[in-house]
Order: sequence, then C-alpha cells, then structure tokens
Amino acid sequence: MDFTLILFIVLAAVAVLTAIGMLVSRNAVYAALFLVLNFATVAIFYLMLGAPFIAMAQVTVYAGAIMVLFLFVIMLLGAEKLPKGGVLPWQRPLAIGLAAVLLAEAGYLLFQRIQMTTELAGPGLEVNSVEAVRTLGLALFNQYLLPFEVTSVLLLVAMIGAIVLTKKEKGEA
Amino acid sequence: MLPLTYYLVISAILFVLGALGVLIRRNPLIIFMSVELMLNAANLAFVAFARSFDVLTGQIFVFFVIAVAAAEVAVGLALIVVIFRTKHSIDVDLMSSLKG
Repeated sequence: MDFTLILFIVLAAVAVLTAIGMLVSRNAVYAALFLVLNFATVAIFYLMLGAPFIAMAQVTVYAGAIMVLFLFVIMLLGAEKLPKGGVLPWQRPLAIGLAAVLLAEAGYLLFQRIQMTTELAGPGLEVNSVEAVRTLGLALFNQYLLPFEVTSVLLLVAMIGAIVLTKKEKGEA
Repeated sequence: MLPLTYYLVISAILFVLGALGVLIRRNPLIIFMSVELMLNAANLAFVAFARSFDVLTGQIFVFFVIAVAAAEVAVGLALIVVIFRTKHSIDVDLMSSLKG
C-alpha cells in the first residue's frame, strides 16, 4: 500500500465519521464544529486532486466565513438544543431506508459505468504549483469574466437581502 | 495517483449523508449544514472529474458554487433569524403557516 492510498483512506474515514457526527449530535454547536473538520478534509482531497486554489477557497470561505456565520447565528439565537417534541414515528426509519436506496443507486451507477482501474494521470507535483493557479486565474478572467462579474452582483443582492430581511420595521421595535 | 472512482464513492457517501440529515433533523440550522454538505460532495465530484479529464472548467464551476453557497447562507440565516424573532423557536415542525 502506498502512501497516497493510506492518506486517502484515513481522510475518507475522517470525512464520513464527521458527517455522521454532524447528523447525530444533539448540540448544534458540536454539529457545526464537526462540519468544519469535514470541510477541512475535503480541502485536503482538493489538494490531492491538484486544485490548490479551490482548496484554499474551501478553507477560507467554507470552513472560515460560512461556518463562523453559522456559529454566530446559533449563539445569537441560543438555539443549540431544541426541546424534544413529538416527532413523526415513521419519519426516521423511512428516511434511513430512502437514503440507503439512494446510496445503492449511486453505487450501482458508479460501478457499472466506470472502470475501477483507470488511475488519474501523473503525480500532483507540477499541478500543485503557482503555474496552476496562474492558469486558473487566466481562464477565470478571460473566458469566464462575465459569470465572475455576475457573481459579484449576486453577492451584493444577497447582502442587501440579508440586511432588509433582518431589519426591524418602523414602529415594531 | 488513485482511481477516479475512489473520489466519486466518497462524494456519493457524503451526498447521501447530507440528504439523510435534511430528512431526519428538525433543527433548520442543521438542515442547512446538511445542504452545505451536499454542495461539498458535488464540488468534490466536480474537481475529481476536472482532474480526470484534465480540464480547468470543473474547478472554475466549483469556484462559482462556493460563491453561490456563501450568498445562500447569508440569506438563509437571515430568514432563520426573522422566523426565530416571530415564533420564538426555530423548530421546522412549527413552520406550518405562511403568515408571520
């Protein structure tokens, strides 16, 4: 077993266990912290796949900004724990059954269509260089310039929307 | 390097766990986190395919997905804050009427 495979198996185990931990933890703060760890392992997957820019964006935007926003709202609302209420009794078994069906479908498609043995080309040495980020930036600012600018408008609209939604109306205060 | 299938399998597992979280949890914050988990699984598949076919487009699409996810989280969390302010709870079972 070479080093890459061992690294992959360890990271995959961490990713799956943290995702399960997020699902079962009663406390929303723990769930958020599990998800941060999950995002970090996915960022290392990106590095293994030769996508250093995406890995760094994952760490700063997802594990950094988005999860901090989540933790901020959880603590602002004091909504770490929900009181145990009357849950639909058949909901959980049905959901787990449907998830198993989804996983079976995905696995069937994967193993039917793709050969297990085709390895990805080359080690990620030269792809994890400054040159890779340079190429990505050139593509982003030449071929994909319009979508990039539209993204900035989208972020502006989301920011204004969030402010308008949470603003107290006059006389309501 | 590892076969493409390994990355697709871990992506599929993470996506299914995210979908399961949306179905079984009643805390909208955790449902939201599960949606983020599903987006991440899709991103992982994108990057794996981009590496496999040796094109950059997959990585650029992931960049846009990350930007859209950031916008979505900002608006979604604002909605949750407003719902908490009117109903004093964020249990999804209580969100059964459109009137505020």
